[in-house]
Amino acid sequence: MSFSKLGVRTLALGYLALLLAAPVAMIFYRTFEHGIAPVWDAVSAPNAVRAFWLSIEIVAIAVPLNTAFGVGVALLLERGSFRGKALLGMLVDLPFAISPVVVGLALVLVYGKTGWFGDWLIGHGIQVIFSVPGMVLATAVVSLPFVVRETAPVLRELSTDAEQAAATLGAGAWQTFRRITLPAIRWGVVYGVVLTTARALGEFGAVSVVSGRIEGQTQTLPLYVQGQFENFNITGAYASAVVLALLALATLVAMNLLTRRTRRREAI
Amino acid sequence: MSTPAAPAAAPARPTRLKIPAVLGRGRAAGTLGKGMIGVYLSVLVLLPVAALLAKAGSGGLDAFWREVTGPQAQAAIKLTLVMSAIVVVINAIFGTLIAWVLVRDEFPGKRTVNALIDLPFALPTIVAGVVLLALYGTNSPLGVNVAFTRTSIALALLFVTLPFVVRSVQPVLIEMDRSMEEAAASLGAGPVTVLRRIVLPTLTPAIVSGVALSFARAVGEFGSLVLITGNLPFKTEVGSVYVFGQIQNENLPAAAAVSVVLLGAALIVLGALTLVSRRRSRHVL
Amino acid sequence: MAIEVRNVSRRFGEFVALDDVCIRVNDGALTALLGPSGSGKSTLLRIIAGLETPDSGEVRIGERVVTDAPARTRDVGFVFQHYAPFKHMTVHDNVAFGLKVRRRPKTEIRARVHELLGLVRLEGLADRYPSQLSGGQLQRMALARALAVAPRVLLLDEPFGALDALVRAELREWLRRLHEEIHVTTIFVTHDQEEAMALAEQIVVMNRGRIEQAGTPRELYESPRNEFVMSFIGPVNRLGEASFLRPHDIQIMPYATGEGTEALIERVVHLGFEVRVELKLGDGRDVWAQVTRESAQELELHEGQILAVRLPEPRVFA
Repeated sequence: MSFSKLGVRTLALGYLALLLAAPVAMIFYRTFEHGIAPVWDAVSAPNAVRAFWLSIEIVAIAVPLNTAFGVGVALLLERGSFRGKALLGMLVDLPFAISPVVVGLALVLVYGKTGWFGDWLIGHGIQVIFSVPGMVLATAVVSLPFVVRETAPVLRELSTDAEQAAATLGAGAWQTFRRITLPAIRWGVVYGVVLTTARALGEFGAVSVVSGRIEGQTQTLPLYVQGQFENFNITGAYASAVVLALLALATLVAMNLLTRRTRRREAI
Repeated sequence: MSTPAAPAAAPARPTRLKIPAVLGRGRAAGTLGKGMIGVYLSVLVLLPVAALLAKAGSGGLDAFWREVTGPQAQAAIKLTLVMSAIVVVINAIFGTLIAWVLVRDEFPGKRTVNALIDLPFALPTIVAGVVLLALYGTNSPLGVNVAFTRTSIALALLFVTLPFVVRSVQPVLIEMDRSMEEAAASLGAGPVTVLRRIVLPTLTPAIVSGVALSFARAVGEFGSLVLITGNLPFKTEVGSVYVFGQIQNENLPAAAAVSVVLLGAALIVLGALTLVSRRRSRHVL
Repeated sequence: MAIEVRNVSRRFGEFVALDDVCIRVNDGALTALLGPSGSGKSTLLRIIAGLETPDSGEVRIGERVVTDAPARTRDVGFVFQHYAPFKHMTVHDNVAFGLKVRRRPKTEIRARVHELLGLVRLEGLADRYPSQLSGGQLQRMALARALAVAPRVLLLDEPFGALDALVRAELREWLRRLHEEIHVTTIFVTHDQEEAMALAEQIVVMNRGRIEQAGTPRELYESPRNEFVMSFIGPVNRLGEASFLRPHDIQIMPYATGEGTEALIERVVHLGFEVRVELKLGDGRDVWAQVTRESAQELELHEGQILAVRLPEPRVFA
């Protein structure tokens, strides 16, 4: 019995090593192969820095929006009463089933030059596609479901007793929410925010379609990585990739610490 | 609220307070909240999806069919579906295996390994592609070069869909009542029989659910594929890359048509497998 | 099949679950392992079943030494506290499991399952799933499943613990009658002394990994070997360091007779048939006595009453 146990363990760990660990280790090795200096140069190149800050800017807008939306929807689903809860749930989950490229396309079809609102937007001097607002939209769509999915179960498990008690004591809806509900669900929300941020930072396909990938202007860091690769600037590509990988690892650490807090972990 | 007259009646019990949702309380606040959510959802999801469907059907059914059955489109769609199917089967097997080892086995560094499972979730897809390219591409130190081959598609898809089955199965394994396995053993079942007749049937709903999510993800995957596959039409061009190409060529109806097919495939499989998973778990939960 | 456990010890880390335990169960007997939580009774049962291995010692079933044999080779039926139903199988398939594993022919399986479901009064529920059954029904299914393969020994781990009082009493009766019919060597674990006394022919009282005493219910009640057994098996009054008295051995008499010691009734509690009388003796000690309703009525017992009590010789344990 222990022979096969060892065999199973080896098989599983071997698979993970070959698929996950080795490639990631490889990239770190390749990047720093020739020392830190070239990496630092690559990372501090002006377009790289611009790409980095653009990514941050987009995330800084999209994540709070999705968080507010997510908590609101979770409340609607678990505390509200109306028809069509199932439909709402499905709509929120829809981004999981749509390819990012298709998300980009769909946004272009609505907000692009020839899209449904194209004329109206141009008329009002608003540029969505090929500009930052479009990229924010794309990022928000692909990272939409996370806060809802992590907050709703926590809300569901939370009995309404405390909220009802607060109401009998005279608390208004917002007060009850802020003082009673929110503290109780905060770790679910935080976990959702971490996932949203990771997804938003790493978004590639949708933003690729929507941005026009203009270097120095509408390139996020992931787009920059691709750009560097296409220009055969491997060092540049690897260096930025490593930055993103480090951010991803930081996300992993955060996820891990939070999982212990929220004690329950469901598959995404 | 008045109590029926009685000499020493107890004070009337307060009627149960019905507390509506934060968003539903107070007409103005409630409607405003729901309205904002509605607008957000429309701007982000409803309108874009509607526009997509409209564009796909804009030339009528004939045009749609033409776009979707064109040789390059066909090749891309087929490649996507076939590779996704292969990948999810591999995931079902290895994902369950990995979940098993993470729950039932003990070894140093297990916690780290467990945390690493989520790496594909956290890592940008383009970086995933770069990372796989570094080890299994043209300058591979292992001498293994799968760049520009169909194998690279499978590799990338396996990478990005790794966590789904593992994370779906893990909680079920953790919660599983070991006494069922002990009962089977006391009735004479050997370890393989216990696995086959007790453990796997209990895990099946979770595996199916993980497979569904994997498939939907695989069908739409883009970022990890652009670098390592070379995007060669008819060879290694998947559906999402084809759509991207069509957008570049400003052939939006073609792009929309194939998009609808990919989306449809993902939704159908998701729906069907979710149903199967629910039916299976009906009596088990 | 007789069962013999010799010098079995088991610890979990720092915790000593079993300390040099020896018991012997006769063939066909119905025996209870009785004790509080942590006494080691479940661990002992699982070691007999082969679901745990002892750190030292020997286990024999029949003449065979089975200490290291895995559960599936021991031919024991085990019924778990929470029934361990195979939730994804119907009642029929649950009961049939052991037979299917032994590759019995389909017709034989069907007949045997039918027979067993009749025995446990679950006919008609064969196609239901465990999630559709009540606790009592699940317990009977678990029993049928264990008995299906005609085990030499039947082991039950707190079989009625998760059921409510009425169902528990019914199933107790039912298990006793089943045992009379089938006569398989049976050991069950319980923390409920009333259950043990009502069901078992032999009781093994355990505490903190050790056997305190083993014997018939009567032996344990009338001749307890130590303080623990006496206080676990029946109600007691403690009269000092190591001195014990059974409440119903205290005789209450009207004061007038002049015999016995003076006592003041502090409280009278009516528990249906029996009445509990809390007394303060002349020397300041508190005891309580157990009398029948009739006696209480005859003597017109009430709070504040002063009467005489005769205390028999208390039991003293060294």
